[in-house]
Amino acid sequence: MATRTIAVDLLARVEGEGALDLTISDGRVASAQLRIFEPPRFFEAFLRGRGYMETPDLVARICGICPIAYQMSAVQAIENAFGVTVGGQLRALRRLIYCGEWIESHALHVVMLHAPDFLGFPDAIRMAGQHGDRVRNALTLKKAGNELMRVLGGREIHPVNVRPGGFYRVPGRAELAPITESLKRARDIAVDLVRWVATFPFPEFERDYEFVALRHPTEYPITEGRLVSSRGIDINIADYESEFEERHVAHSTALHALIKRRGAYLVGPLARYALNFDRLPAPIQALTREAGLGAVCNNPFRSIVVRAIEIVYACEEALRLIVAYEPPASAAVPLAPRAAAGFGCTEAPRGICWHRYDFAADGSIGKARIVPPTSQNQPSIEADLAAMAATVLDQPDEVIRERCERSIRNYDPCISCSAHFFKLSVNRA
Amino acid sequence: MSSRPRLAVWKFASCDGCQLSLLDCEDELLTLASVIDIANFPEASSVMAEGPYDLSLVEGSITTACDIERIRMVRAQSRHLVTIGACATAGGIQALRNFADVNHFIAAVYASPQYIKTLTTSTPISAHVPVDYEVRGCPINKAQLVEVIAAYLAGRKPAIAAHSVCIECKQRGTICVMVQGTPCLGPVTHAGCSAICPSMRRGCYGCYGPMETPNTAALARAWQALGAESGDIKRAFRTFNAATAPFQKESEAHGD
Repeated sequence: MATRTIAVDLLARVEGEGALDLTISDGRVASAQLRIFEPPRFFEAFLRGRGYMETPDLVARICGICPIAYQMSAVQAIENAFGVTVGGQLRALRRLIYCGEWIESHALHVVMLHAPDFLGFPDAIRMAGQHGDRVRNALTLKKAGNELMRVLGGREIHPVNVRPGGFYRVPGRAELAPITESLKRARDIAVDLVRWVATFPFPEFERDYEFVALRHPTEYPITEGRLVSSRGIDINIADYESEFEERHVAHSTALHALIKRRGAYLVGPLARYALNFDRLPAPIQALTREAGLGAVCNNPFRSIVVRAIEIVYACEEALRLIVAYEPPASAAVPLAPRAAAGFGCTEAPRGICWHRYDFAADGSIGKARIVPPTSQNQPSIEADLAAMAATVLDQPDEVIRERCERSIRNYDPCISCSAHFFKLSVNRA
Repeated sequence: MSSRPRLAVWKFASCDGCQLSLLDCEDELLTLASVIDIANFPEASSVMAEGPYDLSLVEGSITTACDIERIRMVRAQSRHLVTIGACATAGGIQALRNFADVNHFIAAVYASPQYIKTLTTSTPISAHVPVDYEVRGCPINKAQLVEVIAAYLAGRKPAIAAHSVCIECKQRGTICVMVQGTPCLGPVTHAGCSAICPSMRRGCYGCYGPMETPNTAALARAWQALGAESGDIKRAFRTFNAATAPFQKESEAHGD
């Protein structure tokens, strides 16, 4: 029998650089490999010896799309190590800036990168020829998220205001007032967006994922929670290493993360949604039903709907936080370094972002370990690819290639993050 | 269609933040796309049209042998080549490997070092091919990006100031944080960010790299007078622009 090799040499509309190799032998998928050739940048290595105060600025540079996720997991780990809890309005401001990152990152992916797949365009700019208002509205939505990042963080990419213990400077109430208007407009656009993307044609495709996300007693998880899974994991974030492991595979500069006892798992919007549906406010639950979603969604192509739902949530949550905001007396709580290990885990737009630092008595880092969302999803992406390709094996290479690329974009993969991470080739034997 | 200037965006070792700045031009993006042909921008489009290109924007630093070949290919196809951000312009945060043994770095992160192919250094684009213009910053300022694209479309030099962050603090009326006792890299750092760190009541951390004539030694003495130790000064110069000559030299003056 012939071997067919289908390759996508450079995946488009993903953040970072990767490729895909699919080998079809004797009429079945022999292997599906997501190759990540993003060159390694060695963050965990050069963090050794750096001070705790500079850590949030350094780890932000892992990812230009979700710097707040890295900063928030880092400050949580630092505060955990030094025995300090940041609560009240400082905690609220952290959740608020994180809402900004969810809005800008999700809006970018849903409309600018993912929607063109469902409507048959190569990109959002060409899509704007027929769907000009949709694209302009998406840019308005994205801009509202970025406005939150800029007002609270100083700038949209690599914000400068987050520090261990809180912030360098906290805003007055009057500074947040102008954002309220853009967030209300953004919320209305996001509700329309949910209704629009729910009408897209979705392939019939479901997989039985083990979802992993944070879970909090009262909130839809963003900044903190216990680490839970759909198959019974329920642990403190400090115990991550007892349930999960990272493996180094030859075809990727991003480490593959796996559940030790079972293997691949899924993080990100589908996981957060399935494990925390009951934490969404009733009007948003009603919107999910209107959009045709149950309390769990196992079709990765429908992740676009869940992302749009999460934009609505982030807008509502940001508006709620602003209404309740009273400037705290101090911009940060005092910290005293000590020799200790600290753990941080927050919900980046693409899923949990887990950090561990071992500090020396002077607050310098002895050892750092950072597990980004996309490296955790790699094994699931490869499993999706194999399962998806199996349904279209009798089709020409072009069809297989297109379907595989779409399977990958379902994850909004951030390759820059994961290589501390893409290209599709199909081999038919 | 074909008469519009053709733009290409390329990525090397980086965080994607600088090319994201182009998509972050929410107010200008569709206008920009009407006057230029975005011929190759893999992060935003499945269309990857072949060269030549009128303007190539390059993000990221050179860290693999393969990337040395790729940047030469990019240069050969590009009428103008502009680097965007500290990685492409100065080697980026990943240039911290230049001060260490890269094999120790690989062993610290990866279980199977034999799978990793990387150079011992991270170098700016200008170390490998001629560069027409360098946009500073980690990340770049999107207004500067729009200015550079507009300038190349109009065939003129970009109007971007090379003075220090101090001038921007004066322009926005921010009280100097150094005089309030906070060490700041603003006096030796290239303008472009609008002095956001001092506006947040913290010292500048130098993410735009050295200004045109930086007196780093004098600044280091001023830091010492504020109580900074040599390790603090060394680390301050060893971040996103550590491999630029003035910052490298100053960091080396403060111990191993």
